[in-house]
Order: sequence, then structure tokens, then C-alpha cells
Amino acid sequence: MSSSTANSTQAQIEIVRRPARIQLTYWQGVGRRLRRDPIPMVCGGILVLIIAAAIFAPWIAPMDPYKTSLLQRLQPIGSPGHLLGTDELGRDMLSRLIYGGRVSLLMGLLPITIATLVGSSVGIVAGFLGGKTNMVIMRIIDVFFAFPSVLLAVGLAGALGAGPVNCLICLALVFTPPITRVAESATTQIRNQDFVEAARATGASAPSIIVGHVMTNVSSLILTYASSLISVAIVLSSGLSFLGLGIAPPTADWGLMLNTLRQSIFIAPVNAVLPGVMILITSVCFNLLSDGLRTAMDVKP
Amino acid sequence: MNSASATTERSARSRAGPWNAGEEDRPVLSVHELKKYFRLSGGLFGAARGYVQAVDGVSFSVSKGETLGVVGESGCGKSTTARLLIRLIKPDQGRILLDGQDVDGPNGISVRALRHQVQMVFQDSYASLNPRHTAAEEVSFGLSAQGVARAEARNRAKQVLDFVGLDPGVFADRYPHELSGGQRQRVNIARALAINPRVLILDEAVSSLDKSVEAQVLNLLIDIKNRLGLTYVFISHDLNVVQFVSDRVLVMYLGKVVEIGPVEKVYRSAGHPYTRALIASRLSMNPRRRIAAPPVMGDLPSPINPPSGCRFRTRCPIAEPVCAENEPLLAAVGDDSLHVAACHAMAPRSGHSLAPVPMSRTASASGA
Repeated sequence: MSSSTANSTQAQIEIVRRPARIQLTYWQGVGRRLRRDPIPMVCGGILVLIIAAAIFAPWIAPMDPYKTSLLQRLQPIGSPGHLLGTDELGRDMLSRLIYGGRVSLLMGLLPITIATLVGSSVGIVAGFLGGKTNMVIMRIIDVFFAFPSVLLAVGLAGALGAGPVNCLICLALVFTPPITRVAESATTQIRNQDFVEAARATGASAPSIIVGHVMTNVSSLILTYASSLISVAIVLSSGLSFLGLGIAPPTADWGLMLNTLRQSIFIAPVNAVLPGVMILITSVCFNLLSDGLRTAMDVKP
Repeated sequence: MNSASATTERSARSRAGPWNAGEEDRPVLSVHELKKYFRLSGGLFGAARGYVQAVDGVSFSVSKGETLGVVGESGCGKSTTARLLIRLIKPDQGRILLDGQDVDGPNGISVRALRHQVQMVFQDSYASLNPRHTAAEEVSFGLSAQGVARAEARNRAKQVLDFVGLDPGVFADRYPHELSGGQRQRVNIARALAINPRVLILDEAVSSLDKSVEAQVLNLLIDIKNRLGLTYVFISHDLNVVQFVSDRVLVMYLGKVVEIGPVEKVYRSAGHPYTRALIASRLSMNPRRRIAAPPVMGDLPSPINPPSGCRFRTRCPIAEPVCAENEPLLAAVGDDSLHVAACHAMAPRSGHSLAPVPMSRTASASGA
């Protein structure tokens, strides 16, 4: 250190050495890049609000979401006492939307989380091992691809029986194959890269290569894809509810509300689309957040 | 049977007459009859369509502190040999001995133990670094994967980065895309050195660098070798670079060794016509001695169906019928037993018209 300062005083052109960067791990760097990006931060904020509202629904909701009033059916937005109007049974829309977030977000997030954990581990292992193991796993996954996802969900839900837990399991099963496929193809590409060979040459074991080299490169792809499925899961769960295979009618759920209000679309169109708007906002926020996450996970500017 | 006896003969020679010093005559790394055929699947139900004979019966040994240069055209099996040496791929046949101990054989050492002592630097400096790892993470990864504590591995990584000429304060936290080609290759070298190996396999380690950086990295490699007392297997298609760094040269053609010898002997008086052609193909610094015609005509024959007998005969200027019938064995070129070439024209009693006339004693032996 002392010699370098001596040199810099002697040298005609003084080289200003930047202070060494604060040591950041990969994920700290991802967090920092994410915080500097406004769009995902705004989307994240909206999602935090929606999730918080769902969690603290009993304290936030102005009215009982299940209290019907035949006199006050399909009140327009802004009517006294009902900020967002009422539904076809006179229940307060705002309260129902707040409560509905509980089930809908759960149905969107939990199956996708399970599917991501299962699908990416299966896919990464299949992709990393390659050869016959890969073939066997992926051909089994291909069986699920033979059915359209809605049909598969309906079939599975029918087989498992109605109910929120079965609906959750069935959604997780439906979304596992596509995530497995994405994880497998991403891993297969990484596996043949020289740096994986180099890691093997340094004596690293397969699990440590998967954690250190494969996961760092495929997780952004998988996360982006999985978060784009959250909105699909919310809509699909509402579809199952509509068919009587998911959530039972009195429960507030965005998808179910969308279905029951469908009959009133010509009388009170704004009320009818409100649950859809919530689904839209949530899914767009998840998509933009995942986009931002992918950008943040890429170390290249 | 013939080839096996030739191998033992040759390895006995290289043991008896070391290139370096008297006591260190045992080879650090030696390879016997290494074979790797890649299966070409593509037939019905993945049936084999054929086999690429990438490495076919290669034997050589490297003494301690020596640099063995490996040269040959693209597709001759240089890189496959490198991968076999560090067991990234498993040989179909043959043995690899480290200090006389069989790698992955009975009573031998494990592949893990081999990788503690032998390391490799890859050609593509960019592809061989994880884009999501900083230089220090990349260098310390192998260590922490081997169970060294994280902080200790990181310290060691910084030391090694410093050793290869990268100031850890500046470069430790840089990602590959923030480094130049030469710096990336230094990180690659640092990663290999972090394991503290005795043998370094350099697979075209400087080939993808531009000329000025190539010279820097070459000098760095030579410097490292002298400071750490390493043994190098230096694979390159660049004959000038090989001449610059190597003590001995091994020339490969289509999965076979065609010539091995001390570098100046091979470059001055090559025994094999292929080596001669390679050396003639080097561009001269003198514009009056421009090379217009390619020294070897035609393309490399397919390694799926290599020519019978001598594999070079299809392009050889001195090929004779005997070359199609028998496979040539490594025979001494001139009177130096360390310099051998696999050419019928070099082997006494081979039946080739250019074969050296045997001495009277051997002549009578052949007559008997």
C-alpha cells in the first residue's frame, strides 16, 4: 500500500484507484440491482399491499363479505356505504375483493411454489444426469403434455374430488410438467458448457456443481417462467371453482366472483369486471416483478 | 501383440533415458495404449452407426518438470487425450499412471485423487468461466467443493489471483464479462493452480488469445512452471508456440501418435512425413519464402473409417504398398532412442524402400 501511494505521487499521471468494491454475494447483488429498478419495485409494492390486505382482511374490510341484502343488489360503484358497489346478492364488493384475495392468492402462489420446487428439482436432475435417466423422466412428463392443461386440471380435480385442498394438489400437478420441461432444457444447455467440465475437473462433486454452477444459471429462467404461471393458476382455480370442483360458492374468491357476476354483466358491467381487474393487476404485477427479477439476476448490465 | 511390445519398449526407453535430470527418471504421468471410441448412435433405436476412433492406442509419458507439447491437426484427438488424462471422459481401454499408480484401477488411486494432482486449463476462456461467478468465486469453487472452509478458500483464491498477475483488490469481484480475454485466461489458470496440482494440462490454453496477450500468458505459464516446479502437457495446434514452451513434442495424427522426440530434434530432423509437412507449413518471416502450396494435400480422413495400415498413407508423399498392409510401429529416428516416429520409412526391415539398411547384426537376425 505504501509503495503504491509513493508511486502515485511520483507518477505524472496519477492513477486514482477506485476503492475496492464492497464484497457482495451473488444474491446481495441481485437484491441491489432489483432495488434500483423502479418498475419491479412498484409492482412489488402493489403486490405487498394486495397480500397484506388479504392477510389482514378482517381488520381492513369495511363490511362482512357474506352479509347479503336483497334490497341493495348490484349497487353501482361509489354508492353510500359500498365504495365499490355490491354484487348480485347485495354483498359489499370491496370486502369480498379483499377477502377473495386470500383464497385466490393462495391458489395462485401455493401450487406454483410446490410445482416450482418439485419441477425444478426433477428437471435439473434429469437435465444434469442426461442419458437414459433424462429420457425416462422426460417421457413420463410428456404424458402430461398430451392433455391440455385445463382438461388435465378438470380430470385430476374430478378424480381427487372437490375441495380446496384437492384443488391445490391438482393445480400443483398441472403446473409441474411445464416447469420440469423448462428446468430440464435450461440445465441441458448449461451442462455441456466448459465451465461445468472445468468444475468437474477441479474435483467438485455433482451436487456441488448443481448448486454452484447449474442453479445460478437456470434459476432466473425457472423463476421467470414460474411467476408467469401464477396468474394462470389463479384463473384456472376459478375455472375449477366454477365447475364445482374447487372453492364452494359462498366463499369469496376472485375467480368464483367473476363467474357468479357473469350473469349480471349487462346490468352492472363495472361490478362484474372488478374481480377480473384484481386478477389482472395481480398477474401483471407478478409478471413485471419476475421480469425485473430476471434482469436483476443477469450480471451483465 | 506387436504394438504392445513396442509400447513397453518405448516406455522403457523413456524411463531409461530421461529428458531432465538423473534421479527424476520416473515419469509423473504415463499413459499406456489409451483408447477412446465415441459411439455414433443414430441408427434405429439408437443402434450404433459406427465408432469415431478419437484416440486409438496412444502411449506416452511425461517426466517431472518437463513440458510435453502435443501437436496435430484439428480432430486428431488432442483434446480427447487431454480430457482422458483428467478423466473428464473414461477411456475404453488403456491405463493412466500417476507416479506409477493406476488411476481408477485396482490398487491404484481414485479419480478424485488424480484431480488433486492434475489440473487442466481449457481453450475457451469465456465459456470455461461461469458467467454468474466472480473471479474469486470461480477460483475458490473447486476448493470449497473439496471441503475447504469458505473464508479460507476465498483467501487462497485471492493469493492465487495475485500469483497469476491479477490484483485481487481490483479483479476478485469481477464477473467474466468484465474481464479481457487474457485476464479471463489468467482466472482459468488460477482456478487450476488453486488446487495446487503437480501436472497442468493446457488444452489450447493460449490459442484463442490475440498475439500480444498470448505472449504474456505464455510467459506467465513458463514463469509459473519454474516457480512451482510443475509439469506441463501443452496441447496446441500452433507449432511455434509448442516449439517455444516444450521440452519434448508429441505429434498426433487421426488418434495415433506418429512421432515423439525432443523438440529441437523433431523440428530439425522430423522422422515422420506428416511431421515434416506440419513443420513445412509454418509461415516464414521472410516474404521471399512464401508458401503457396499446402504441404499436405486433401482433408483428414474420417476417424470413423480410418485408412488401413498407416493412417497417414492416403496423404503421404512416400506411401508404398506396405503402408496399407501393416501399421507402422514407433521406431527410432537416427541414432537417438528418445526420438521415435511411426513410419515404415524409418523402421528397419519394414519392407519400405526408404527404410534404413539394418546393421549387419540385425540383418543376420532377420535372415535367420
